[in-house]
Amino acid sequence: MALRYLLPVLVLGVLVVLFAFGLQHDPREVPSPLIGKPAPDFNLRVVGEDTPYRREDLLGRPVLVNFWASWCVACRVEHPLLMELSRRGVEIIGIDYKDTDADGLRWLERHGNPYRAIAADPEGQAGLDWGVYGVPETYVLDASGNILYKHIGPIDEEAWRTKMAPLMAMASGGAP
Amino acid sequence: MSRIVRTRAAWLSALLLTFFAVPTLAQADLTEAQADRYRKLVNELRCLVCQNQSIADSNAPLASDLREQVRTQILEGRSDAEIHEYVTARYGDFVLYRPPLKPSTWMLWFGPFGLLALGLLVAWLFARRRSRKPAVVVTGADADKLRHLLDEESR
Repeated sequence: MALRYLLPVLVLGVLVVLFAFGLQHDPREVPSPLIGKPAPDFNLRVVGEDTPYRREDLLGRPVLVNFWASWCVACRVEHPLLMELSRRGVEIIGIDYKDTDADGLRWLERHGNPYRAIAADPEGQAGLDWGVYGVPETYVLDASGNILYKHIGPIDEEAWRTKMAPLMAMASGGAP
Repeated sequence: MSRIVRTRAAWLSALLLTFFAVPTLAQADLTEAQADRYRKLVNELRCLVCQNQSIADSNAPLASDLREQVRTQILEGRSDAEIHEYVTARYGDFVLYRPPLKPSTWMLWFGPFGLLALGLLVAWLFARRRSRKPAVVVTGADADKLRHLLDEESR
């Protein structure tokens, strides 16, 4: 008899747990299969130049690789934070995704340039290989070019502080 | 009048073309068998931008890039499995509308059957409990009262 009254409570409890789990997951965030793997190879060039920009150029120190575009509205949301991180000495590499060099450079002129280097990916081929499906997307890479973390959408202070900064610090050997 | 009709027809065909032309035009240089594989593949790959459409249905630029990838890889002689591997290496199993069977997808594949079994079990338990309950026998004053009430009802 007790079961008759307990059962709905149990069902409700299970539902609450499932909802709590489901509501904390953004279905638009597709987990990347590339986490923990070496960053995919690419063969791009520096924006506005003919100088090649390759995967080797990312190696040697932990970096943030930020896919952005001048046409990307959400990129403007995270831009002040990128500027701030750049001032704090975080090395950010920009990849100008499906954009023209002229538009990309003009955008940076207007909003400021947080990038140590910017590669142009006008066809989105590097983006495809890296599993980008909407800019902005930001990858944390260690010094040997392994992807430690991927952030989808604009980075905010909290994501930086709780997820990315600790990984960057760990990758550079403890010193933040 | 007829010009208006013709203009309308032109607009309509332009509209229809924008919706249907992309996947069809992309198949122009494929053989019949390759085109079949192409259609099957693009209909079973999920568009990551819109998520509830296949890359065949979606007009998102990324979907068109992926369609182009599928087409070129078919032309290069890659197998369906290799093409699946290409996209899942980049975007994970999420892009497959037919996810592979493995421990993390057991819930997805067997969950519905589990729920069905649970439902049948509950229904069976209820049915059994009901059939076990003894029939209610009404006697004496209660029987008279009941007969009275029923008669009143039927009048």
